[in-house]
Amino acid sequence: MSDQLNDIEKAALDALDAVTSEDALQAWKTAYIGRSSPLMLVFAGLGKLSKEEKPVVGQAANRVKVALEAAFEERTKAVKDAALAKSLEEEQLDVTLPGRPAPRGRLHPSTVQLRRVLDILAEMGFQVYTSREVETDEYNFQLLNFPLHHPAREMQDSFYIEAEGRGDNPILLRTQTSPGQLRAMREYAATNPQNPPPIRIASPGMCYRYEQITARSEIQFNQVEGLAVGENITFADLKGTLTDFARRMFGQHARVRFRADHFPFTEPSAEMDVECFVCGGKGCSVCRRSGWLEILGCGMVHPNVLMNGGYDPKRYTGFAFGMGPERQAMLRYRIEDIRYFWGNDVRFLGQF
Amino acid sequence: MKLPLSWLKDYMDIDGLSVEDIARTLTFGGLEVEEIRYAGWPMSASGAKDMHSSQRHEFKTEGIAWDREKIVVAEIREVMPHPNADRLTLCDLYDGTQQHTVLTGAPNLFDYKGKGKLPKPLKVAYAKEGATIYDGHAEGLVLTMLKRAKIRGVESYSMVCSEKELGISEEHEGIIFLDDDAPVGMPLADYMGDVVLDVKINPNMARCASVLGIARELAALLKRDLRSLGDFGGLKAKGDFATIEITDPTLNPRFVLGLVRDVVIKPSPYHVQRRLKMVGVRPINNIVDATNYAMFELGEPLHAFDYDVLKERAGKKPVKILTRVAKDGEKLTTLDGVERTLTSMNVLVCDEKGALSLAGVMGGAESEVYDASKEVLDAKGIETKEGQPTIGKASVRGKSTVNVLLEGAAWNFINIRRTARQHNLPSEASFRFSRGVHPAIADKGVSLGLKLMAEWSGGTVAPGLVDSYPLPPKDPTVDVTTRDVKRILGIELSAQQIAELLSRVEFECNVKGETVTVTTPPYRMDIGEGVVGLADVLEEVARLYGIENIPTTNMADALPPQVGNPVHEWEERLRDLLISVGLTEVVSYRMTSAEKESRLLSGGSETHQQIEYVRIANPITPERNVLRRSLLACVLEAAEKNVRAESLALFEIGAIFLPHKNELPDEPRKLALVMTGRRIASAWDVKDSPAYDFYDMKGRIELLLAGLQLSNVSYAPPAALPKKHRDDVSAVEGQVYHPGKCAEIKVGDKVVGQFGEIHPLVKERYELGASPVLAAEFDLAALMSAQSGFSLTPVAEFPPVYEDIAVIVDETVPAARVEGLIRQTGGKTVTDVRLFDVYRDEKIGAGKKSLAYSLTYQSPDKTLTDAEAAAIRNKIVKRLEQEVKAKLRS
Ligand SMILES: [Zn+2]
Repeated sequence: MSDQLNDIEKAALDALDAVTSEDALQAWKTAYIGRSSPLMLVFAGLGKLSKEEKPVVGQAANRVKVALEAAFEERTKAVKDAALAKSLEEEQLDVTLPGRPAPRGRLHPSTVQLRRVLDILAEMGFQVYTSREVETDEYNFQLLNFPLHHPAREMQDSFYIEAEGRGDNPILLRTQTSPGQLRAMREYAATNPQNPPPIRIASPGMCYRYEQITARSEIQFNQVEGLAVGENITFADLKGTLTDFARRMFGQHARVRFRADHFPFTEPSAEMDVECFVCGGKGCSVCRRSGWLEILGCGMVHPNVLMNGGYDPKRYTGFAFGMGPERQAMLRYRIEDIRYFWGNDVRFLGQF
Repeated sequence: MKLPLSWLKDYMDIDGLSVEDIARTLTFGGLEVEEIRYAGWPMSASGAKDMHSSQRHEFKTEGIAWDREKIVVAEIREVMPHPNADRLTLCDLYDGTQQHTVLTGAPNLFDYKGKGKLPKPLKVAYAKEGATIYDGHAEGLVLTMLKRAKIRGVESYSMVCSEKELGISEEHEGIIFLDDDAPVGMPLADYMGDVVLDVKINPNMARCASVLGIARELAALLKRDLRSLGDFGGLKAKGDFATIEITDPTLNPRFVLGLVRDVVIKPSPYHVQRRLKMVGVRPINNIVDATNYAMFELGEPLHAFDYDVLKERAGKKPVKILTRVAKDGEKLTTLDGVERTLTSMNVLVCDEKGALSLAGVMGGAESEVYDASKEVLDAKGIETKEGQPTIGKASVRGKSTVNVLLEGAAWNFINIRRTARQHNLPSEASFRFSRGVHPAIADKGVSLGLKLMAEWSGGTVAPGLVDSYPLPPKDPTVDVTTRDVKRILGIELSAQQIAELLSRVEFECNVKGETVTVTTPPYRMDIGEGVVGLADVLEEVARLYGIENIPTTNMADALPPQVGNPVHEWEERLRDLLISVGLTEVVSYRMTSAEKESRLLSGGSETHQQIEYVRIANPITPERNVLRRSLLACVLEAAEKNVRAESLALFEIGAIFLPHKNELPDEPRKLALVMTGRRIASAWDVKDSPAYDFYDMKGRIELLLAGLQLSNVSYAPPAALPKKHRDDVSAVEGQVYHPGKCAEIKVGDKVVGQFGEIHPLVKERYELGASPVLAAEFDLAALMSAQSGFSLTPVAEFPPVYEDIAVIVDETVPAARVEGLIRQTGGKTVTDVRLFDVYRDEKIGAGKKSLAYSLTYQSPDKTLTDAEAAAIRNKIVKRLEQEVKAKLRS
């Protein structure tokens, strides 16, 4: 009997050695440890054995069963491992094939830069104030201390709108966001004419100049105008605020410098340069070898402008500044040609 | 204003300062230096490398320095013919130490050729072997080094230079003849090396449009002394050679005349010509040059009249000059030969016979001083008869000397500006007059002009000036307090410090306690009165104190109430939502043309002519002569530009412009969307993906509106589109869209926009691909006002029951109606209704469709049983049977 069991065991183990697949494993299991396998038949025949033989054969059969089951487990694991190893080896992707594109929308680069500017200014307390794009000469020039026929007007050639009977107050496309200064001041002052409230606004929007369209000049461009009016605002505050702004915009180590300049609606006026962030001030083609980039114009609000806005210049002071997001974007992204901005070519827009 | 430093040095000491120091000082002081151009001046160490290396300098720099050893003043003692070439000469030249034979082809030496030893040697600029100069024959400016060479058998190693070779001007017709007193052997750089700063003159710096003007600023900024200005011969006495009558002193506050007799017209000395070239003026003759030279030196434009012509016109009477406005239609031939028709805005300088010149802008042809010597007239082929005027000019009579009446005046700057613009006559004179020239400098200008003319022409200055000064300006007096300086500039200065700063720019200062009373110097016109004057003076304090030296501080003022800008913030959120659903933002020109927008109308451009536009009076091109009325037209144009892209999903947010006759237009803000092309971009395993259709656009709109938290959104079929006139072009005829594939979008009962597939006829007018073009437009004000409060739907705790039902209805029954009935009947328990199939088949019957819905039943407070769900479903089916004759599909 024990010979028979040894034969069963040997045959089973030999057969198991040849098993290499899941299917064969199942077939082996049925054949060698299944209900009608020779081993199980031995168990089934135990009842027919003598009292003496029964435990001996039972024990021996049990040992074979445990051994076969263990061998089966082991083999199962080996087969699975081999299958996994095989599949891992076979399932090699060409990782250099392109990924499947997921649709993605983009903001226009002007919007991206406008947001950067406005976000920084918002944290400094400058609230967005928007105003109209088609303006009167009065708001675009006269109230901003550009008298009729003043030489400063020559710096800003305008697009005029067909309209009759308007005399010295024609309609035009705003050449700057500065009319917003007046509209804001008048709006604020109207809330309390005796004690107008302080102002801190940022005015973004499209402006227009009569120019030829070239790589460097455009007929429309965005501007962001800042205005702070209050009872204790100084030129030193203007410098402090804009220096902070430049650090936020161009990095904590950005160096700035201020040069005297002239704008009709501010006095004193200045131009702020920031050290070229492309070359770190060493000089490169972006900064035209000067190491500095002109970033914005600024100054103390001219007393005539304060008065026109309803703020008494003897009591209130203020500063204003203006900058061009497209110019900043051009510097930041090294865009060489301003015509890309309104060209609406998706190959350009898709890059931002 | 171009400033040669050699000229500046006449007025101040610049020892110890580099060119860049000077440029930097001016730039920070409000006189921006736009370019530095060297013409011989030694370059600073860094400057010298600037040209041809990437070395940093702060200013745009051009030009060359002259090697002191290798480029010197020399004299030509004899000009000899070249043995083998007619067009070349050989010069016997002495450079102070050695004799050389120099080969040259300069045509202006031919006159001296073969004349033997010259009685008076010619002074020239001599470049030795190894000198670096510009190549005179090259296009543009190309540096070259002189090398030894044999030209037609004669050895050559050096040359006599033209202006082009030395970087003085473009002139290469002949060599430079220096003035006779040029010291032979002196390095040319020391003799006349120069560097020119191109200084931008802002309107508030009009006083700096002269060498003296800039020198005064620079001296003040550097705390150096200004050399005092001579009085040019003390011409105070009243002259008797003319009288003056000013009709309107507000237009002509001052008029000064001087006279030089017996002027010989000839070229100016070379050093004068060179300086004029450096400032950008072409030398003409000693008379014209003297007027220009005096103007660049002092800032007072001058005008020279031929006194003999005036005397002849006056007949027996004394010469009388009048200034008055022109009569409308009056004519004057200006010295450029153009007959100009004048208006009553133009001011004229006249005599009793009529107009002589267009005041402050351009002289008249008749009284112009020019060289009428016999030689010149012969050369011009003009026949001369004694006493007989020819070509309309009285002075053409072959005489060799003239008497020159010199005008220096002050004019109203606005009037000059308008006149110069009207006649399109920009000039150095009108540039200055149109920015304001102080009347007080008129006599100084005339005196200097007379002095220079006499000096350069051998003439004699007649005694005295004729000066009519009816309206001397009051030079403003302003009180500045230490408190003002603190309050506006943020710096603490004592009254003495303020006075010290302002005295540097020649304000007269009186200190009393904390107040400085300052009086404007009598040459500047940019200081106002009162609070404006205070700002003007504080600008001077800031400039002189140094804007760089003002500290940086944080605003001490309380932060104003933070009100935000809900419209702007909402618009930005909208942009974010749009890009999150895969749309790309475009920004278009606001200026367009009616023709371009007419493409959006099925009616075509004729109908379009009737549309009112905001029209540009001075468009840069007819293609951009109106402001847009349709944002969708802009986005369609953008799509058109990208016709090669296989898939486009674009949007734009911005204003359109609706006119009000002769008033400001309305500027409503809009959103427009365009989608066309493939739904999924092609890839290596994605080919021929279907094109975007109506439902792609609708899906995005649904996401957008859901993102805006809008509830109660409905989509009405086209029949509901009102035909009435709407504010933008695209809706005028309601035919922008395919009539069967468009919808109006409502929130509650408010229309916020429409969308659909572009009408095939409209699409034909655009160069777009074959795929359908989907578009949408929203009115942002309407959309924003449709915003309602946010209401959160609680997350259900009890399990839902899902069930599908399919109903067969007539084709004409809109899906939205069926869904509405399901939701209405199901009440709160039906938490979701999703259409998952639309099916048409003969088995269902013609004109019928099957709509299959997934329903979700869910109770907020218990687990629903199947039986409870079934009860609701039965109610729904019954309702659908009653209302839309629906049949349950089994
Ligand atoms: Zn750089």
